[in-house]
Amino acid sequence: MTNDLQSWGRFPLATRQTTHALAWQTDSIPTAGASLLPYGQGRSYGDSCLNENGTLLTTHGLDRLLDFDAATGVVRCEAGTTLETLLKLTVPRGWFLPVTPGTKFVSIGGAIANDVHGKNHHRAGTFGRYVRRFELLRSDGSRKVCSPEENPDWYEATIGGLGLTGLILWADVQMRPIHNPFVITETVPMADLEDFFKISRESEQDAELTVAWVDSLALGRRLGRGLFFRGNFAPPRFDGLPLVRSHLSHGSALAVPFNLPGISLNWLSVATFNWFFYRANLLRRGPRLQHYDPFFYPLDKVHRWNRVYGRKGFFQFQCVVPFSTARDALREIMERSARDVPSPLTVLKTFGDISSPGWMSFPRPGVTLALDFANRGDRTMKLVAELDRLTRQAGGAVYPAKDAGMSPENFAAYFPQLERFKSYIDPAFSSSFWRRMNP
Amino acid sequence: MKKVLILGATSAIAQATVRLLAARGAALYLVGRNAANLDAVAKDAATRGASKVEQQSLDLDDTAAHESLVERAAQALGGLDSALIAHGVLGEQKACERSWTEAEKVLRTNFLSAASLLTVLGNRFEAQKSGTLVVISSVAGDRGRQSNYVYGASKGALTVFLQGLRNRLASSGVAVVTVKPGFVDTPMTAHVAKNKLFATPEQVARGILRAADGRKNEVYVPGFWAIIMLIVRTIPEGIFKRMKL
Repeated sequence: MTNDLQSWGRFPLATRQTTHALAWQTDSIPTAGASLLPYGQGRSYGDSCLNENGTLLTTHGLDRLLDFDAATGVVRCEAGTTLETLLKLTVPRGWFLPVTPGTKFVSIGGAIANDVHGKNHHRAGTFGRYVRRFELLRSDGSRKVCSPEENPDWYEATIGGLGLTGLILWADVQMRPIHNPFVITETVPMADLEDFFKISRESEQDAELTVAWVDSLALGRRLGRGLFFRGNFAPPRFDGLPLVRSHLSHGSALAVPFNLPGISLNWLSVATFNWFFYRANLLRRGPRLQHYDPFFYPLDKVHRWNRVYGRKGFFQFQCVVPFSTARDALREIMERSARDVPSPLTVLKTFGDISSPGWMSFPRPGVTLALDFANRGDRTMKLVAELDRLTRQAGGAVYPAKDAGMSPENFAAYFPQLERFKSYIDPAFSSSFWRRMNP
Repeated sequence: MKKVLILGATSAIAQATVRLLAARGAALYLVGRNAANLDAVAKDAATRGASKVEQQSLDLDDTAAHESLVERAAQALGGLDSALIAHGVLGEQKACERSWTEAEKVLRTNFLSAASLLTVLGNRFEAQKSGTLVVISSVAGDRGRQSNYVYGASKGALTVFLQGLRNRLASSGVAVVTVKPGFVDTPMTAHVAKNKLFATPEQVARGILRAADGRKNEVYVPGFWAIIMLIVRTIPEGIFKRMKL
């Protein structure tokens, strides 16, 4: 059956894909016919979760919680389980995700396959570091339990392996202890890019969670103006801060009901949004107590927010550049992208030097920048190609989970263990992204 | 529903119901055909907070085993206050038309095995003068249609059986709840193109618990099926037989 499964950026559109739903670990996967690719929640932005002319193995039915040890914080769940489901299980018992991306609507399988990172990368590294074990089902029917001890090469190939090494059936994840569902956060204004580096360095001493929002309209000398958010999980006692009683997760009531016209995100609307966002947050400067949900997952409040970019979808571009070249490269990338429609969400964050077990893992020491912009055809493709070039030149890397435009040559340069990885790809597996990178 | 026997626990609707019951801390006795899959459902229930989970893999077509099954479940949970009958097969209408063997399988699983279980459970609950029997029938049992009358007949017979049982057990304080789901997006309907009429197993599970908690008689889930089926039932047979349904 054909389907309408797409990536979160809804570009490129895959029009000829079939699906094969998996409901049980005992299910076999189709052996003959089109190429296969696991598909969890479809939260990757570009084409790494798409398989044009192929089959998507959908895993939303593989969402059972198999075990949780409240003493050690290790949870075992099937690969289609979402982070949201895990949080609902573990938060009331004092455990949080060791690393979380900006949405809780991703599957565990997807979090492993993309080796996702979060606001605590400088302290914790990537998600893959907390995956103790998992089981991999290959198209030849073989099943491999992988961990740093058992099949370590498969373990390392699969973490960040973009779903190409086989289908992850279940995983053991080491959660991190928390005292309550709250974080103490603080917002600090940044005057420019230099300020970002300074505040970042200072904040990382004491704050486990750091991230910066940049006003993409501030250019020239003011480039990098924005807000720095830092925080820590709240201690058992709150020392006078008002305690919000609700331990409930903040349910979302909003959804974008249909595609907004592409024009709705223009220079004026982004400028207005940025102006209000900057000032509204400045008013809340001191430390404050926040439930984890709006702090980690602000956009999850609005279901299907990707529709604000209109029918043609949008690009998200995320790169990391080494500290040595970061100042010039970021300046150039930000200025270059500002000449297009400015990005309403421009995010800066430093990555620390804690390495991932994954050969194809994206995070590496340096500064990461994420931007998004509506798809406006060739013009946008050219911009992405240019940003890709600038990243390569700076010795950085582009994040495959958010890519729809990097060049195969650059991909190979970004991931030096690519050749080694290739021999671990399941012969029946492929993706639109993979074929684009290996024409 | 505190001590619940779940028959057909690996079905999508049963699984969703098990999760809601587990979150309430219920004690569960799960029965399904495939041991490995049943084990995954049992672990899921235990991890989500069920106070106790026991399981037994069994082909429920084996009616001779029903008496001992119910006995074991009651022993394991220290009594039973409710049961959910959720096993069933859709069958394939065309195959059922060609072959009685195929048709008989559908009738056996959906009606005969359920009737057998209801006989055992009905007697037990009647004797203890309490309990709730929740049974998943189908809107397809409301009127025979050419596209699935064998499945429809198995569910229609089940619906009538439940009406009689409810009538019999009313004086004993036993509730008999007939749940009639419409189209549900499950592996059973994986081959069917989905439309707006399809409900998720989670929606149906919430409807089941609401009906069970309220000790309702017959409920349609989602509720709009009551109106659709009212219309479908009212069409005169002379017209209905010429319709392509």
